[in-house]
Amino acid sequence: MAKKDKSLEAGAAEANSIEMRETAGLSQGQLVRKRFFRHRGAMISMIYLVFIVLFLFTAGGIHLGTKNAPFTIPGWWHWTINDLTEVAYGTGDKGQLTVGAPTMNLNPFAGKAFGIGDHPFGQDTIGHDYFALVIRGAQQSIMVLLVVGFIGGLIGTVLGAISGFFGKFIDAVLMRFTDLIITIPTVIIGSVIGMRLGNLGVFPLALFLGFFAWTGLARLVRGDFLTLREREFVDAARVAGASNNRIIFKHILPNAMGVIIVSITLLLSGAILLETALSYVGFGVQSPDVSLGTLISTYQDSFQASPWLFWWPGFFIISIALSVNFIGDGLRDAFDPRQKRKITRKDIAAAHKVEKAAKAD
Amino acid sequence: MTTTPVLEVKNYNVDFWVDGSWYPAAIDMNFHIKSGEVLAIVGESGSGKSSSSMGLMGLLASNARVTGSVLVKGTEMLGTNVATLRKFRGREVSYIFQEPMTALNPVYTIGFQIIETLRTHFDMSTEAARNRAIELLTLVEIPNPEASVDKYPHQLSGGQRQRAMIAQSLACDPALLIADEPTTALDVTVQAEILDLMRNLKDKLNSAVLLITHDMGVVADLADKILVMKDGFTVEQGTADQIFNSPKHPYTISLLNSVPKLGSAPSRDLKSDASGGPVLSLKDVTIEYPKRGRVPAFTAAKNVTFDIQRGEILGLVGESGSGKTTVGRAAIGLIPVKSGSIEIVGKEIAGSSQKQLREVRTHTGIVFQDPASSLNPRLPIGESIGEPLFLAKVAKGAALDRMVEDLLDSVELPRSYRNRYPHELSGGQRQRVGIARALSMNPDILIADEPTSALDVSIQARFLELLQELQDRLNFACLFISHDIAVVEILAHRIAVMQHGVLVEIGDRDQILQSPQHEYTKMLLSAVPVPDPAEQRKRREARLKSK
Repeated sequence: MAKKDKSLEAGAAEANSIEMRETAGLSQGQLVRKRFFRHRGAMISMIYLVFIVLFLFTAGGIHLGTKNAPFTIPGWWHWTINDLTEVAYGTGDKGQLTVGAPTMNLNPFAGKAFGIGDHPFGQDTIGHDYFALVIRGAQQSIMVLLVVGFIGGLIGTVLGAISGFFGKFIDAVLMRFTDLIITIPTVIIGSVIGMRLGNLGVFPLALFLGFFAWTGLARLVRGDFLTLREREFVDAARVAGASNNRIIFKHILPNAMGVIIVSITLLLSGAILLETALSYVGFGVQSPDVSLGTLISTYQDSFQASPWLFWWPGFFIISIALSVNFIGDGLRDAFDPRQKRKITRKDIAAAHKVEKAAKAD
Repeated sequence: MTTTPVLEVKNYNVDFWVDGSWYPAAIDMNFHIKSGEVLAIVGESGSGKSSSSMGLMGLLASNARVTGSVLVKGTEMLGTNVATLRKFRGREVSYIFQEPMTALNPVYTIGFQIIETLRTHFDMSTEAARNRAIELLTLVEIPNPEASVDKYPHQLSGGQRQRAMIAQSLACDPALLIADEPTTALDVTVQAEILDLMRNLKDKLNSAVLLITHDMGVVADLADKILVMKDGFTVEQGTADQIFNSPKHPYTISLLNSVPKLGSAPSRDLKSDASGGPVLSLKDVTIEYPKRGRVPAFTAAKNVTFDIQRGEILGLVGESGSGKTTVGRAAIGLIPVKSGSIEIVGKEIAGSSQKQLREVRTHTGIVFQDPASSLNPRLPIGESIGEPLFLAKVAKGAALDRMVEDLLDSVELPRSYRNRYPHELSGGQRQRVGIARALSMNPDILIADEPTSALDVSIQARFLELLQELQDRLNFACLFISHDIAVVEILAHRIAVMQHGVLVEIGDRDQILQSPQHEYTKMLLSAVPVPDPAEQRKRREARLKSK
């Protein structure tokens, strides 16, 4: 009897310690962070993206500023986008002539020189090192993504939130303004600005895109806010003494996070394409500078002869877009407490096993 | 009259495949209904009463598994092909759903929907079907059936919609009528009418009725036989007299005990002291919802005047649309008033600025009707509870944590729940969180807006006890808004009755319940179903006579 009491006590103590651990108050932010770090796909993508960004900016160096007052930190790669090298001619697998084939060979049994060589991604038709071009292009595209995502996301979320929350006159004014922006064709405005101001580089281009890309997001956020502000928890917060700012940003915004994140990730993949289009009409990235979009559009005809001119920019676009999507996915799940782990086939099999065992008993 | 039962259910099981295993919703049910008989399946939410009835005609989602045997007029329903099932659905077995607004298609007229049912099952011309539809609408006593047949669902009142729904389900003279909570969405007076209608129709058409409900009063009114369910199991089965007068299973007994019975609650002593003046005082308050586009302005409350003293609970009773919730919200400054004055502890809130309101709100707390929507789904409940304290700068950090824990203790929730999200809690637990939040600032006045209407009876009983304990201890004033007079009787010291935005009667609890002065109060009291078949019969007859 005494023994039983003891074990009971020990059990109670253990339960107590578990309870102590569970009662430590966590804020909404802490819980969201915890859930995000537990999302495997998002974490892998995050690490990958950080690695890519570090790789790109150390290899290619950092080039900011204007033409007249450049600010440059050189990278560790020995070619820059302006270096012209001797074009290497060779023969391909099928005996055809190749121009500037990649020197990278990571297969030790291939019979060629092992290692990355002088031009690991090859050369373009006039002798630029393609590795340097791709690095530079990916830098530009990441810059576009970050700036467009930030500017467009910020404007869209704030305008949509204000419009949906306050409604009435403010809503009418803001939404007509949004309609106005939607009716203006971005590409035409872009080409006019490009004509007037000439080549401005990638940063002003990204800013410009950000100022035009927020419309869809603003409408979605507004719609979400219109329904969410009628919910009783908003009244409850107001009774608790919360200000309008607090209600918008602390109470309603986390509930609209799913819509915001999904819409921003879509906006980002659109931004890459829009950047290419604008560069084509003469605003943004101009030769000799490159972006991933301009690389692909420049060399789209050489897919048959020199496919590597296509592979590498494509690889970077896809992998960056994918990891951005995964991170968005992870964020959305972290903000939505109802999201549960997906049931896998393994779980079902395990459940069957338990059921069978129970039947055998 | 045939002796073979219309519906015979044997060894009937319903399971759902959730998260990798089968969860039973109904376990080994056996029952039968003869024509002209009413079987009521009673149980609280989650007991499996709805799933089991939907499973009878194969209306469950694809992750459900139904086994056993279901015979409708001797034909096996389980495992038959869809075509046979379709022939029986609507023709032999028809359903009446809980919410007539969502069960009727809003883009078609009710006539069209009845005609559609008729023409699916019979070879009928549109003309004949239309005449039959009018006949049916006359049968369910819809006023002016020739005109109503061309009306859309939104043009009818809640009670008329439910009548139209019943007309549709009666279109083919079904042998079995399955009514799933047919009156839950309705007001008591309308509920009484619908129950009378169902009783008359059942006698007239001699159909069998399977009634699913959680309301013991409704059961007492209609049922011949009762089946009590809990967690999928049939705990007790018998005639209505047996179940109500000599229940055997402890669950049935506790279920019957937790139903609040009108006129049986002990009276409560008032610990109020009027010395400090009223905590909440409304004078000639008129509230108007302004005109929006073509919708004209609507006066939701007109010249409402009442006081609540410290330590007093005032029950505010009325049917839906009577303006009781509007008054509750205005009393806390959530809705602006058009004229009149509202004072909370002596401070005027009508027409005051947001900043002044914020100051007054430290004296108030509110518990909302629907705990699912009044808690922010993205906020852990600890933060929801602590928010008023945090915003009023009473405490933060570790001190706030401690206060939140104390509040959780006082509403009898484990402290570890503070990091949970609202969806991880049951309805009763969520409503406790709502109370903890409302009481966090130690308010002088608590406004409780139908706090129990989303709860099961047993949970409601426990919730009311808790509220009483807290009120005895903290001695706050309370405006308790409810449509359920039996619940108000348990808590309130005084009762106010509202109809169409006007306060028709206000007085001491016993005075209102025992000698009501206003006609409307009398009608409201006589319409409340009582969970006792004999008593209910008496009340029904009295009601019919007075008509």
